This record gives sequence, C-alpha cells and structure tokens, in this order.
Amino acid sequence: MSWLSLPQITFLALSAMALVSGVLVITRRNAIHSVICLIVTLFSVAGIFLLTHAEFLFAVQIILYVGGIMVLFLFVIMLVNLDVAAKQAQFSSHWLVAVLTAGALTAELAYGIYLGRQEFKPSTPPAFILPINNTRGIAVGLFQTYTLPLEIASLLLLVAMVGAVVMAKRKFE
Amino acid sequence: MNMLNTVTQFLLAHPLIFATIKILIVFNVMSAVLMYIVYMERKVLAFMQARLGPMRVGPWGVLQALADPIKLMLKEDIVPAGADKALFLLAPVISVAAAFTVFSAIPFTSSFIISDINIGILFILAVSSLGIYGIILGGWASNSHYPLLGALRSAAQLVSYEVAGGMAIVGVLLISNSLSLRDIVLKQQQMGVWNVFIQPVGFFIYLVAAIAETNRSPFDLPEAESELTAGFHTEYSGFRFSLFFMAEYTAMILVSCIAVTLFWGGWLRPFSSIHALDFLDYTPVIVFLAAAVAIVLGARKNPVPMEKVVLFAIAAAFVLLGMALAIPVVAAAISGIFWFSAKVFIFLYAFIWYRGTFPRYRYDQLMNLGWRVMIPLGLANVIVTAALSYYLTHQAVSAAAPVMMGR
Repeated sequence: MSWLSLPQITFLALSAMALVSGVLVITRRNAIHSVICLIVTLFSVAGIFLLTHAEFLFAVQIILYVGGIMVLFLFVIMLVNLDVAAKQAQFSSHWLVAVLTAGALTAELAYGIYLGRQEFKPSTPPAFILPINNTRGIAVGLFQTYTLPLEIASLLLLVAMVGAVVMAKRKFE
Repeated sequence: MNMLNTVTQFLLAHPLIFATIKILIVFNVMSAVLMYIVYMERKVLAFMQARLGPMRVGPWGVLQALADPIKLMLKEDIVPAGADKALFLLAPVISVAAAFTVFSAIPFTSSFIISDINIGILFILAVSSLGIYGIILGGWASNSHYPLLGALRSAAQLVSYEVAGGMAIVGVLLISNSLSLRDIVLKQQQMGVWNVFIQPVGFFIYLVAAIAETNRSPFDLPEAESELTAGFHTEYSGFRFSLFFMAEYTAMILVSCIAVTLFWGGWLRPFSSIHALDFLDYTPVIVFLAAAVAIVLGARKNPVPMEKVVLFAIAAAFVLLGMALAIPVVAAAISGIFWFSAKVFIFLYAFIWYRGTFPRYRYDQLMNLGWRVMIPLGLANVIVTAALSYYLTHQAVSAAAPVMMGR
C-alpha cells in the first residue's frame, strides 16, 4: 500500500473524530459533556464538507449548528437541574433487547453493504477548480432551479415556529 | 543570484512557509497591540473621568502594559474544588483560539492577507461564533452562581445579536457581489465610495451588534460588576483570567477590523479617488513627526534623567522613521497598513469612549433592542438594499439594451 495523501489522512482523522465523539455523545453521563461531543462531531463533519470543496456547507454547518443551535442546547441544559439528572440511574434496564436490536440492525446493514459492494466505489474527486463556485452553485440551485420546494419548506418552518410561539405563550397566561 | 532563485523556488514550492511567517507576524503584532489597548483604555477612561490613570511604571505609566501581563502570569492558578476541571481549563483556550483564528481571513492590505478565502466573511462569522463556547463553558464549569448567570446572559445576548449583525453584513454582500473580504474592499475602491455611505443603516446595526457581541459597555451584562461580581470569569485567576481578558480585547480589535473592511474601505486612503487630496499620502510622516514633538515637549518636564534620555532617543527614532516614510517607495509600501490601522484605532477609541459615556443597559432593554429594533431594522435594510440594487442593475441593463441593438 502506498503512502496516504494529505487529503486522505485528513479525511480519516476527521471521520475518526466524528465517529468517536458521536459514540461519546450517547455514553457520557453528563449532558453538557454530551453536547460538547456533539459539537466535535458536527465540527468534524464540517471539516469533511470542506475537504470535498463544499466550503459554503462548511461555513453554514458551523454558523448554524455549532454557533447557533448547540448554544441553545447548552442554554437549555444549563437551565434544568443537572445535579439530579446526573445522579439518577441510567435508564438501561432493557439492555438485552437493545443489544439484540442493535446487533440485528448492524447485521442487516452489513449484509446490505456486502450485497451492494460493487456499487459502493469511491467516486472520483471533483476537479480542483470548479467552473462555478460552491456558494453560487447552491444559490442557483435553491433560488432558481428549486424555488418552489424551497418556499414550501420555509413556509412549513414558519408555521412550526409560529406554533411553537403560540404554545409557549399559552403557558405563561 | 542563483541562490536567490533557489530560495524563491523553495518558498514557492512550500506555500505553507509564507503563511506561517505571516501568522507569526500577525500573532505577535496583535499581542503587542492588545497590551497597549488595555493601557490606552485605562488612560482614556482616566482622562474622561478627570484622573491621571497609570503613572508609576515608566514615563506616564507606559510600561504598565508590560507589567500587568507579567503579574498575571506569575499569579497562582486556582481551580475551584467543585469545578469541572477539564472544561474549566479548556474554556479560556477556546475563547482565545477562536478570537485569533479569525485574523487569518482579514485583509490588512491588498497583499498582506494570510489566506484570501472565497467565503471569507462566512468563515469569520463561523469561527467568531465559536468564541461564545469559552464563555458558556467557563461559566458553567466554574460550578458557581454568578459565573453561570453570566454565561446564560452571554449566550442569549450573543445569539440574539449575531442575527442582527449578520443582517447588517448581508447588505454589504448584496452590493459587493462577493464573500471574499479582499473583493469587498476592491469593490469599494472601484465604486470610489465606502460602503458606510451606501449602507449607513447597515453600519449602525453592525456597530451595535459588534459592541453587544464583544460584551462591551453599554452591553456588558455578562460581566456586570454591580450584579454578577465579574460574570463568567469570576472564578478564574492568574493566567487563565488573562486569557479571557485577551480574548475580549482581541474580539474588540477583530470587530473593528471587520467593520473597517466591510464599511470603511479597508486599506484604502480616505478620498483615494480624488487626486487633489493626494497630499494625504504624507499623513504617516506628519503623524510620526507630531508624535516626536509631543514626546520631546513632555519629556522636558520629566524629573528622572534616565527616562529623559530614553524618551529623547525614542523621539529621535520617530523623526528618523517619519523621514524614512517620506521616501515614495516606503510610503507606498506602508500606506495600506497605515490607513487600516488608523481606522481600526478610531473604532477602538470609540469602544472606549462608549464605555466612558453610556450607562449599562438593563437586561430586558437589551433583549428588546435586539429583537424588536435591530433585527426588524436589519431585515428592512436587506429588503430595501436588495430591491434597489436589483432595480438599479436592471435599469442599467435596460438602458444599455437599446444601445446594443443599434438604435
């Protein structure tokens, strides 16, 4: 086997980081630690986006998920009483069922991947200089090619947001 | 000559070496500037309050800026007993690292930029939004009431004002048609007018959001002394405290740099398109000579002979430097960085000025201002800018079309 190239090493490091911290998210007792591991996961995925020349996705992933949503997660977790939550026994009385289900799912996925192994080939990397930059490409895609689906999706989100505000407000009255 | 060629080729083959040198320059210069901003803040605030400020260490207390970091580094580093140790130690590092990383996309001059990224402004928004984790985690990991309250306030404040600040930036992006900071400045050069004159509302919103995001007075609620002792960094001492301190002042320089780049024409000289005002190119010379005169005037009254000699030597060095700047080649090389730093210092002075003059906002007032005034204003600004720029480009096209058809 020849030496790995720099992008390959970066990719392997980033995916290892994403996977390890992804596992840590569900094994940490402390909710704050879980959130931090989740942040590391999201960060590594952002790095993988950057590696595939999707720099706009990289920036948006960090601005929205890491810089916005995760801050709100932390905010909410800090407001609930953590000491009680940390001392409570972990809810894992059904671990046998869980292991069986997880095992079955893994086997199923592994079999599926084994069957389709001819199709799972690493794609050829895009040319180093793309004819159109990533940001522009996404803008054209979202606002010209797929304007209607985008508007419908944003309307749905708006409805959800208004609904959340209404429900929150009823509680205060 | 041959050797020079080899060296050039080696450097071209390894672009990371250039980048590393640039990073070292920026990091060290910024650290030095940081120390003196603290001194400047203490002095300016003192003068505003009819005091003298630091006077003991060196002439006019100039060496106070060196003495303070040394003192902080030698102090004991205390970790509270109930703290989450790993996070407590990590938090200040996150703050400082996030603040310093952002400088890699700032164009100090047209050629001195560590990395001209094509999503420059998004990169800056992304990385600077990480700094908040230092504050939140530091506040939480201290396992103490005031820091936690400070961290919660900070989280809410930063998330709110990030939206308004983003809206203000969108206005500029609509005009410049690019996300690269270098292109944004070049566009201002091409238009012959700074964005602040086209986007006054956007600039105002950005300024307010920048003050709020850097936790500066009048929006310094996360560390309001009268309510929260010192906010999120109450439990920090020694070097770790100084890291938070550094992060705050770095963020201050940073938002000033971004404001200058986006709205004030970056490295461009004021009125650079008007040739009648070309004598402004000699401003650096005048500034250094004036500084030398000021030092000489002040040093005459200095009672310590040793300090007197050193001050006269510095004044002489300034005169030499000023004369060197009068050489056209040097002047051209230094012009960009001079104007950039001059503009940044105007912003930094304004930050201190606000601290000296505005009373602190109440928390509900802060949130009302953010959500009910700044964000709607920002949205309106984006809509108006988008509509106008569409209308103007459309008009230009339709006006040009008949000509092209040969009418």
